[in-house]
Amino acid sequence: MDLRFGDSKPADEEREAVDALLGPPESSWEGADRTDADLRWARGGRQARDRRDLLLPALHAVNDRVGWISEGALDYVCRRLTVPPAEAYGVATFYAMFSVRPRPATVLHVCTDLACTAAGAAKLCADVERRLGPESGVKVERSPCLGLCERAPAALVVRAGRPSALPAQGGCPARPAFEDEAVQAEAGVRGRSPRGRDGEGRRGRDTLHATAVCAPATPATALHAVTAPESAPAEPAPALAVPQTGDPDAALTLLARIGTTDPASLDDYRAHGGYAALRRAFALGPAGVIREVTDAGLLGRGGAAFPTGRKWQATAARPDHPHYLVCNADESEPGTFKDRVLMEGDPYALVEAMTVAAYATGAHRGYLYLRGEYPRALARLTHAVAQARARGLLGDDVLGQGYAFDIEIRRGAGAYVCGEETALFNSIEGHRGEPRSKPPFPVEKGLFGRPTVANNVETLVNVLPILTMGAQAYASIGTPASTGPKLFCVSGSVARPGVYELPFGATLGELLTLAGARDNLRAVLLGGAAGGFVRPGELGIPLTFEGTREAGTTLGSGVVMAFDDTVPLPRLLLRIAEFFRDESCGQCVPCRVGTVRQEEALRRIAERTGADASLDITLLREVGRAMRDASICGLGQTAWNAVESAIDRLGAYE
Amino acid sequence: MTAIELGVPRRLVEFTLDGQEARVPEGSTILDACRAAGKDVPTLCQGDTLTPKNACRVCVVEVEGARTLAPACSRRAEPGMVVRTDTERARHSRKVVLELLASSVDLSTTPQAAGWLKEYEAKPGRFGPDAARVDEEPRIDNDLYVRDYGKCILCYKCVDACGDQWQNSFAISVSGRGFDARISVEHDAPLTDSACVYCGNCIEVCPTGALSFRSEFDMRAAGTWDEERQTETTTVCAYCGVGCNLTLHVQDNEIVKVTSPHDNPVTHGNLCIKGRFGYQHVQNRD
Repeated sequence: MDLRFGDSKPADEEREAVDALLGPPESSWEGADRTDADLRWARGGRQARDRRDLLLPALHAVNDRVGWISEGALDYVCRRLTVPPAEAYGVATFYAMFSVRPRPATVLHVCTDLACTAAGAAKLCADVERRLGPESGVKVERSPCLGLCERAPAALVVRAGRPSALPAQGGCPARPAFEDEAVQAEAGVRGRSPRGRDGEGRRGRDTLHATAVCAPATPATALHAVTAPESAPAEPAPALAVPQTGDPDAALTLLARIGTTDPASLDDYRAHGGYAALRRAFALGPAGVIREVTDAGLLGRGGAAFPTGRKWQATAARPDHPHYLVCNADESEPGTFKDRVLMEGDPYALVEAMTVAAYATGAHRGYLYLRGEYPRALARLTHAVAQARARGLLGDDVLGQGYAFDIEIRRGAGAYVCGEETALFNSIEGHRGEPRSKPPFPVEKGLFGRPTVANNVETLVNVLPILTMGAQAYASIGTPASTGPKLFCVSGSVARPGVYELPFGATLGELLTLAGARDNLRAVLLGGAAGGFVRPGELGIPLTFEGTREAGTTLGSGVVMAFDDTVPLPRLLLRIAEFFRDESCGQCVPCRVGTVRQEEALRRIAERTGADASLDITLLREVGRAMRDASICGLGQTAWNAVESAIDRLGAYE
Repeated sequence: MTAIELGVPRRLVEFTLDGQEARVPEGSTILDACRAAGKDVPTLCQGDTLTPKNACRVCVVEVEGARTLAPACSRRAEPGMVVRTDTERARHSRKVVLELLASSVDLSTTPQAAGWLKEYEAKPGRFGPDAARVDEEPRIDNDLYVRDYGKCILCYKCVDACGDQWQNSFAISVSGRGFDARISVEHDAPLTDSACVYCGNCIEVCPTGALSFRSEFDMRAAGTWDEERQTETTTVCAYCGVGCNLTLHVQDNEIVKVTSPHDNPVTHGNLCIKGRFGYQHVQNRD
């Protein structure tokens, strides 16, 4: 490899941020001062290249510290990791949360997706911008779904600055007593407000890095949060997103611990049944665990509904090693927030479930790929992983059983497409988050080209009750083809939005009654932006994989978004089209250009019906069909679903 | 493909191609099988010297039992597979993909594009006059190359040729995403500030003319570029002892560009800056 690096130099704080992640450079060739002796040695080539997967964490380190990624910083990262600068630039420009142009240290991401738009996100943006004024030193960015749909409208503040405590790499955060709400808040007590600083200079010298989540956000709370994220009011407890908490009739399985167990306490988790599943797993042996999961009939909850037991079996049987486990926590589908609630409310359950899955499939390393927009889930999981490691539940000898397994948490940086499993692998490996073409499938060649099991958070958490109650008992919940409990994210025009747990087979109407749907229901979006709309007259649809398929729609990831007749449907469809246009990776033509043409056609017919709209609807159908047939990945293949269903089932433009 | 295929004999895979039995060596793609059977499947991003990226999706075919269409250029033939290359469904996708491409970039210098647009009855104009296009001025920042993103279909061939598949310079990558994705060097700098070594191998593989020789670009601008009047002569490069083959494109007794035969076992179409651009002394007649 013959690399050329530019001569732009990193600023001190950029170098510091990268070195804190990668360790100090071993020789001058990695960027420090040169001595004559050093000129004889060129070190770090292969070793540094093997750490290519640290590219995304390194970009995060710079972005967290300074708020954007300068040429000097990018080149320094490239030198340290022996990554070609052109490729690193391609990666840095791929993610929405990064910027390669100077921007203010404080960025306010205001969610403009379906639930938040319905709840007045546009006005919130405008009000905040007006009250901040042009010289505020705060950048307001319109953001895709922040996964806080039950508390719409939502906003996320990210302020760049020095890290509050420098955690050792992969180590435990220096905070023994975990503060229940918003770790990030206490970090910045000594921090200084970034207001009044100019937008171009180097920032982040004096302030501390902080994040704050405002939901539901008002102009006043959003302003407070951007001015002083460290003292922003704490987020409501995750249990508040689970309306069934405390309801004895609900018989919760997956959500049972949320609100009753301290998410920061491993002891409390164990007192509430934690780690019983892992003990049973060790008793059963890997093949036994896979048999239980197969017999339980568990289907993947991420949207594709693939049999989990089969996936595990296929990976476990691959002769080449190492095997990897990837937990897909890149929940970015508009309307989906169940994984966030699980991770914030019951983080140890995910850690335990990942350990079980790894044990069953012969993986010794697990990657938890968490979307970058979830600061509280990140804090909770970081703490949970560290505690589990400290107590021998992760590490070289899990539970004293001689089995080695550890979890590394990787943060996404704002890209819906990275929820596609092969794009997720590319993202972890330090490449652009572009999906790979399949075959080969991940069980054969996944992360780092090795056999990999990739499962969604909810899927993994389901493994715990399978092991504690046994496959038969688990399979008796739900219907024969869709077994077990299922989480639904209900939002929009309902009285009690939140995550609901119901056995498969409950009807859409039953779920909406629980959530308090209003009388003037106009449409329900099932399965999120990649799913489809159904009419208010179709509330008898059973919420199972087979039932929704029969009804010509999909359960997807469990999104149920209700819209009453005050919501302008064409505006909603346009937002869905915008979302896909924004999130397309751009790799294949049908998706890259098709999503643009789709949005253009919807804009043209926004105010039209009948014959006026028919030509464009024909166009939409033709382009949609080609996108579904010829796109590389699920993003392009499903981008047309919701709009098509709105035209066919709701008569959107009649 | 090398001129002489070496290696152990491969097993044959039998499958059905458009209702006919097809037998191809193991590892062959559906496209290989189509070409062997004399079928014409259009493709833009496939290159004879590169690993298929299957990004353009013009070559999609129908594989029985699959939910979506498969790219013929990269899907390997499997025993028992039933493939249909010319179904309504496949033709529809090809047509729409061609329309999407032609409505967003300039395909006027893409060989065969006009013919395919006609064959598939593609009407790029139906997206309306306001359809978004990649309308960018050609970037002329050096004497050897012109980068014209208005013609770029993002096939990734130049990225692969510059990267680990041939040149190992890693000077180009894709930046941004979605419709805003562009082929770019680091920091979107001028080529002269990048890691580019001016081997011209990216021009060699560019299927649309988005990357072109400055000489060709200038002559096209002046209206003097005329391939009808050009002759091609393949010779051996005189600069060093490697023995690379050069194909000199000569118009009116002037060398107007230099390419290299892709089936040459030494170069596979690759050259260095001297072989590719160092011909001015030949026509210095003072």
